[in-house]
Amino acid sequence: MQIAVLALQGAFIEHEQMLAKLGVSTIELRQKSDLAKSFDGLIIPGGESTVQGKLLRELDMLNDLKARIKNGLPVFGTCAGLILLAKSIQNDERTHLATMNIVAVRNAYGRQLGSFYDECAFEGIGKIPMTFIRAPYIGSVSEGVEILAEYHGNIVAARQGNQLVTSFHPELNDDLSVHQYFVDMVQKTIK
Amino acid sequence: MSQKRYELNKNLAQMLKGGVIMDVTTPEQAKIAEAAGACAVMALERIPADIRAAGGVSRMSDPKMIKGIQAAVSIPVMAKCRIGHFAEAQILQAIEIDYIDESEVLSPADDKYHIDKTKFDVPFVCGAKDLGEALRRINEGASMIRTKGEPGTGDVVQAVRHMRMMQAEIRRIGSMAEDELFDTAKQLGVPYELVQYVHEYKKLPVVNFAAGGVATPADAALMMQLGAEGVFVGSGIFKSGNPEKRAAAIVKAVTNFNDAKLLAELSEDLGEAMVGINEQEIELLMAERGK
Repeated sequence: MQIAVLALQGAFIEHEQMLAKLGVSTIELRQKSDLAKSFDGLIIPGGESTVQGKLLRELDMLNDLKARIKNGLPVFGTCAGLILLAKSIQNDERTHLATMNIVAVRNAYGRQLGSFYDECAFEGIGKIPMTFIRAPYIGSVSEGVEILAEYHGNIVAARQGNQLVTSFHPELNDDLSVHQYFVDMVQKTIK
Repeated sequence: MSQKRYELNKNLAQMLKGGVIMDVTTPEQAKIAEAAGACAVMALERIPADIRAAGGVSRMSDPKMIKGIQAAVSIPVMAKCRIGHFAEAQILQAIEIDYIDESEVLSPADDKYHIDKTKFDVPFVCGAKDLGEALRRINEGASMIRTKGEPGTGDVVQAVRHMRMMQAEIRRIGSMAEDELFDTAKQLGVPYELVQYVHEYKKLPVVNFAAGGVATPADAALMMQLGAEGVFVGSGIFKSGNPEKRAAAIVKAVTNFNDAKLLAELSEDLGEAMVGINEQEIELLMAERGK
């Protein structure tokens, strides 16, 4: 199994380190030619969604990745990654990959002083650490989307088929369970 | 600041990695920077090149001006306070700035003490010329480090010198025997635990950006190849002929800093770069402020 990590901007190295701990090899996607490499799943990391979205377009990677995700490529987006996958964004006209039936709310907890850490239940895993950095949450979901975690009434993790999103950053804590959850998703698509 | 808050503040810097933080003086410039792919903006009244030209005492920007920039963009907004000026920092915290830069670009308010940054909830980034300065700032509570470089010059030589110095010292500490670390901690004037961290992980305990004198995509790629985790660009963008294009090119150069072919394309037709001042022509060395 090989998992690609979108490495245009943000905390992509942290995801690579988590996957290395699980014994999964990774490649970095920095430009269009990297898409020719072989990979079974994709992680879109935290960072700035405006930057990653712009670079996805200008480096001509957006449509290719979008088509693959629609075709069932397992994808895991954290924070900015959630925003890139959202079909609509409540406080931003611009959407990016727009493959998942969720409405994202950007900077939903305000500025950096609103960033926080807590522990909360994740469907099928149990209580896990959750770090929210200028985080979004999911305002609403529509067909096909399963809610995996809610924090004080706001949706912070969800899944639609092979698409997994969290508004928090599992890559910033030592707990490997969400990454293991994604690796299991990828494993099921490999025969 | 609690340990949890400090972790969250270091975490925000992690999210900025691989990105470009741009100096802006107006909401319009902030929008241009955001559209060009800046991962954060630094709000200030005058960019370093103009501070240098104007001379005189340079202070924290008008909070109203900073709030205007906060309202204009959705990316993180940073602002500068003077070295040691904790009251300016308190004001910036009160307007919920995302990051405070305790910066040598402004006139120092205290020639001996830096701000006790552990007393704040908002994160701080500080400049450093070498590993000792970096670790001293981290010990005071900085959750992000940048090279000092020489701001407002368009000359990258000092940023290169500072980054090379830091990396060389990190390599040296990384290869030391464990019983040698105590003496190094004493020499650098920092706690043993910080030196021990550098020894074990061969990096700073916080994110480290390049700053000061970056003016071209090639400058940005140079700093990234030297080990920077991202780049601040100050005067280099809005003192150039075509800010939009240059800003966007520098953003792409930071993402693909190892691809010379792409860098060649990015470097084409950028218009006039900022004129710049050579190191030998500088009368005021900002990097010598605060050690």
